[in-house]
Amino acid sequence: MRCFIGIDLGSTTTKAVVMDENLHVLGRGITNSRSNYDTAAAVSKQEALVDTRLTLFRRALAGVPEVSGRVGEILADLERNFRRVQFLEQLDDLERTCIVNVQGPRFAGRETAVIDVLEETFRRLREHSAALFAPGARRKSDFFRDLAGSDFMQIGEAVCRDAGIGFDLILNVYDKSIITVENRPPAGDMEGKFLRALEQAKLDAGLVEKPVRDALAIPLEETYVVGTGYGRVRLPFPKEHIRSEILCHGLGAHMMYPGTRTVLDIGGQDTKGIQVDPSGIVENFQMNDRCAAGCGRYLGYIADEMNMGLHELGPLAMASTKQVRINSTCTVFAGAELRDRLALGEKREDILAGLHRAIILRAMSILSRAGGVKDQFTFTGGVAKNEAAVRELRKLIKENYGDVQINIDPDSIYTGALGGATFAVRAVVN
Amino acid sequence: MTIDTTSKPTESMPTETMPATAEIVERCRSLYEDLDFSAARAWKAAVPGRKVVGFMPVYAPLELIHAAGCLPLGLFGGGDQMEVIHGDAYYQSYICRIPRSTVELGVTKRLDFVDGMIFPFVCDVIRNLSGMWKLMFPHVWSKFFDTPQNFDPEVGGRYYVEELKELRDGLGTLTGRKISDDDLKRSIALYNENRRLVREVYAFRARAPWKAPTSEIYLLMRAGLMMEVEEHNRLLVAYLAAAEAEDRPKRDNVRVAVYGSFCEQPPLNLIKSLEMAGCYVVEDDYALVNRFITEDVSTDGDPLEALATAYLKHSVETSCKYVPNEEDKGKYHVAQVRKARAEGVIYATPSFCDPALLDRPMICRRLGEAGIPHIAFKYAENSGQMQPIREQAGTFADSIKLWS
Amino acid sequence: MSDAVKEPSMLLQKEMIAKNYEAITSKNETGRKVASTFVPGNLNELLMCFGIVNNLPEINAIQNGMRKLSGSYIMEAEKGGHSEDVCTYVKADIGMMGKGNIAPNGKPFPEPDVLLLSYTGCYTFMKWFELLREQYKCPTLMLHVPYEGDGHATKNMRDYIVRQLREVVIPGLEQVSGVKFDIDRLREALRLSAQAEEHLVWTLEQGKRKPSPIDAYFGGVYYIGPIFTAFRGTPEAIAYYEALRKEVQARIDAGQGPVTPDGGSFDDQKYRLVVEGPPNWTNFREFWKMFYDEGAVVVASSYTKVGGMYDLGFRHDPDHPLESLADYCLGCYTNRNLPTRIDILAKYVEEYEADGLLINSIKSCNSFSAGQLMIMKEVERKTGKPGAFIETDLVDPRYFSAANVKNRLESYFQMIEQKRRGAAKAA
Repeated sequence: MRCFIGIDLGSTTTKAVVMDENLHVLGRGITNSRSNYDTAAAVSKQEALVDTRLTLFRRALAGVPEVSGRVGEILADLERNFRRVQFLEQLDDLERTCIVNVQGPRFAGRETAVIDVLEETFRRLREHSAALFAPGARRKSDFFRDLAGSDFMQIGEAVCRDAGIGFDLILNVYDKSIITVENRPPAGDMEGKFLRALEQAKLDAGLVEKPVRDALAIPLEETYVVGTGYGRVRLPFPKEHIRSEILCHGLGAHMMYPGTRTVLDIGGQDTKGIQVDPSGIVENFQMNDRCAAGCGRYLGYIADEMNMGLHELGPLAMASTKQVRINSTCTVFAGAELRDRLALGEKREDILAGLHRAIILRAMSILSRAGGVKDQFTFTGGVAKNEAAVRELRKLIKENYGDVQINIDPDSIYTGALGGATFAVRAVVN
Repeated sequence: MTIDTTSKPTESMPTETMPATAEIVERCRSLYEDLDFSAARAWKAAVPGRKVVGFMPVYAPLELIHAAGCLPLGLFGGGDQMEVIHGDAYYQSYICRIPRSTVELGVTKRLDFVDGMIFPFVCDVIRNLSGMWKLMFPHVWSKFFDTPQNFDPEVGGRYYVEELKELRDGLGTLTGRKISDDDLKRSIALYNENRRLVREVYAFRARAPWKAPTSEIYLLMRAGLMMEVEEHNRLLVAYLAAAEAEDRPKRDNVRVAVYGSFCEQPPLNLIKSLEMAGCYVVEDDYALVNRFITEDVSTDGDPLEALATAYLKHSVETSCKYVPNEEDKGKYHVAQVRKARAEGVIYATPSFCDPALLDRPMICRRLGEAGIPHIAFKYAENSGQMQPIREQAGTFADSIKLWS
Repeated sequence: MSDAVKEPSMLLQKEMIAKNYEAITSKNETGRKVASTFVPGNLNELLMCFGIVNNLPEINAIQNGMRKLSGSYIMEAEKGGHSEDVCTYVKADIGMMGKGNIAPNGKPFPEPDVLLLSYTGCYTFMKWFELLREQYKCPTLMLHVPYEGDGHATKNMRDYIVRQLREVVIPGLEQVSGVKFDIDRLREALRLSAQAEEHLVWTLEQGKRKPSPIDAYFGGVYYIGPIFTAFRGTPEAIAYYEALRKEVQARIDAGQGPVTPDGGSFDDQKYRLVVEGPPNWTNFREFWKMFYDEGAVVVASSYTKVGGMYDLGFRHDPDHPLESLADYCLGCYTNRNLPTRIDILAKYVEEYEADGLLINSIKSCNSFSAGQLMIMKEVERKTGKPGAFIETDLVDPRYFSAANVKNRLESYFQMIEQKRRGAAKAA
């Protein structure tokens, strides 16, 4: 079948969306943007194609009355197994790479011992992977680097202790190797991996096998790919396959909410205010000026400074009872501002609430610069997931522009890629 | 409008009901903090037909506004308590804060009662703001007021008298009433008194800074630019008497002058921080307007000529005025430091303030040549972080104590 | 990057500039006097009456920017106590003094004999020469040109300038040069100025053609060169403009666009822009390339009006010599108030049939930049054409982010393209 793909190469994450020719979304994929944009694009695309397969399975299973009501569960099981197969494949790659990297003066005379430790570590990692992908297991991230990394630290350290070898030795090998593995384009044969996953799947194997195999047999043809996002110029695409993120965000927001007239996107490095016409065509836009104060990255610095996860900031800010006024959203001084406030005895949640308001105030200025807010208003980007930011935005929109419908899609992080995929369809179908 | 030219409030104010400094300062603070300008609105509403004319730093001939029967309203930005949304939409990150907050005040209708605006020459940012105001508020009479950079009475003076005439005529059109020479002379007399009292307060502070903290003097001056001059004159007299009468502890602070703060104002917290860090501010150029002219303006002869002469011959040296002779650059600052017996100078400028920052190396060099210790830092009207300021000012104070 | 391809007129101009630098740096041998002064409000004809050589510090800063020297000069000035916030023309100039004060011809700049502080349209000029005066201790002549706050010049402003010319500038220049002022000499120079101005206006107005045979911004900075610098009022300037006209005419006849530094003639013009604000000089060629690579040609610009708005009809007038110098100073682009600038730019968008207004906002230059976001909004409103905004600096290489600028330019061009398609579909 014909697949139309949009890839949004952002500064923090890379997103891909697969669409069919009727503009239906088939799959979405996301990965961390690495130093290697080609790989990030390839991984996100593959993830979106994996998701597309799952969509096709879902469609196929809809025709099997016996599994009715349990399709979600079955697919989750299948995906879990698929992820494990994929994870083990990458783990093997990582092990091979690590072993090759055991060389040089710092290992002199200890090569065998280090390799033994590595092999033992990876054996335990493989063993542990079953638990990692067990039903109901919570993984804090699906990115290989995060999954492999935290276990490697724990298990590797224990193995080293037993073997009487300094952990820093193998940590050094790991650090070097993970970058190589991460930047290697993903191995192909997605279908093969699904078949292996199918073998390990436990639920209704008999009923499921035929429809899944049939769905896997449908070829996914990459009919047209459009790249967008801050890193788009680095994509190995011909120029006509590249669209600015402004156009893609505008169109993506229109696809999610056709009534959209104003779009706000707060991304890692920039904030955009976009006005679109009734057919999703961009009429006007403004981005933050050269200074990136108040963009998503600002929250990243604050999270680092507070030693918290990015997603934990919003909930903590919501607990505030007395918002602190913060006048500067300068990324460079984020840490200093925070320490200054803490030194004054102000509470973390109150400071955070003030920081969230400061970011949204800045976004409000960009919206004002772009011509204000019209009904409907769609908020996208990573910060749209942050409840404290959303709360301030709702308040300020109401104060400044009255009753405006505010749309926030849980999948809003894919807005740019969705717009890209739509452009891909239009490039071919029209 | 009736003008009380005598203005001798102390006589009618028995000592037992004399307000304490705290009371006066509190009143000034509420005026200063009120970003809705309720007092000026009330003034306007009190008598039908009254007009309010706003003016920005650094100097405007308030006598003319007063003589036109209007209330001159000093607009010095939004301070650190206002959230700026629309104002930021008009300016890049490398432009100072004062035009942003001023636009915000306008866009949020906090200045919707202001009938006229005067944008004196300070720099290109305020200059351009004058044109923006014409577009944003087409029904407001607005005027860019360019003072001469040639100080020859026959050249700059002649030009300036004509500009003053144009300003007078503009105000006349706004109010529908011609300003007579006598009106103007009466206003000049009141402002002469105001300037005398302001100088007296500054001299008092230089004499006994522990009795007149700068955070109080600052509020007293800022509030004075938001009320009728007659009232401010009474307030100044009352403050002087109250401050003199009050006993306050003297601290082991060093005496400093603050320069570079004539346009965008530091937050009150910054002014307080300097004192907390061990500095008595005994001289400054905060909101310069009422100290811009240094001597009485003559009430004899042609009043416009008199205003022009005062500007040409008796006005302060500041960054937006050309200094015709190289050897005179910074002379005023050194003389003022000596007069106020300041031990050092804090050159505190708003970020991105072209006038103050371009002047800084020249003024600081002259201070250095005169053996006057100095430090420099930048602020914004909404600066929140005071720790670095306290640290720098504290270290400066300590170093002066150590070396003198 | 290969060497930039230059047209014959550009080479001619290069020679003229080299000759002027030679005249400046050889002043101790020739005994000629040198004045430093500014491009807006440049009184070249008057200086010529006294045989004084004209040295323009903005042009020196531009030269140093294009030669990649300005970065180290700016840092030198900042080390000396200058703020990172202020104008980099000033800092490049001051830093250059700190690093040997070498002119583009490799010879040291001699000290100027006079600073002619022609104070037009830019606050910083006043401080710039106060700073230079501190260094050189030479006579400094202030010519204060009032700002057209209400959108027009007044008789009072004009009289004030003429009086300053009579009372301050002319006696000052007589004293420095030892030459008596001869108003007929001035008249003659003004006559030549007006001729060159006529040529310049013709050239700039060719931007109205499709395809445009000129680039009115990147190419425009060359076209304005002689008139904005030390050649207004000379026969050399007229010769230059005659050569330039021939080149432009030849391109018109051949239906060609301007010559790009890569050597091609830029005929496939997809987007026509009006640009507001000075260019960036440190990455001039890279910046230009971002435009022609995407098919964007600049058909009109405000930067080519900083040294006089001849296209609005002003000509130096030999019959009213001092008055016409006053009118010239008053009418420079940055001495006009914001509503006037908006009207001028909106008129350009319409008369040059541009796709929109692009603002290159310069960190150094508040005179240009403060209020540009409002200019954009208003021009959009008046013309119905979308505007765009990018940020760079004059000569501070730290402030040129190629990726950032390119991203915004591409987004802008694609938006124009998409709107066109939308409009075509609707039609």
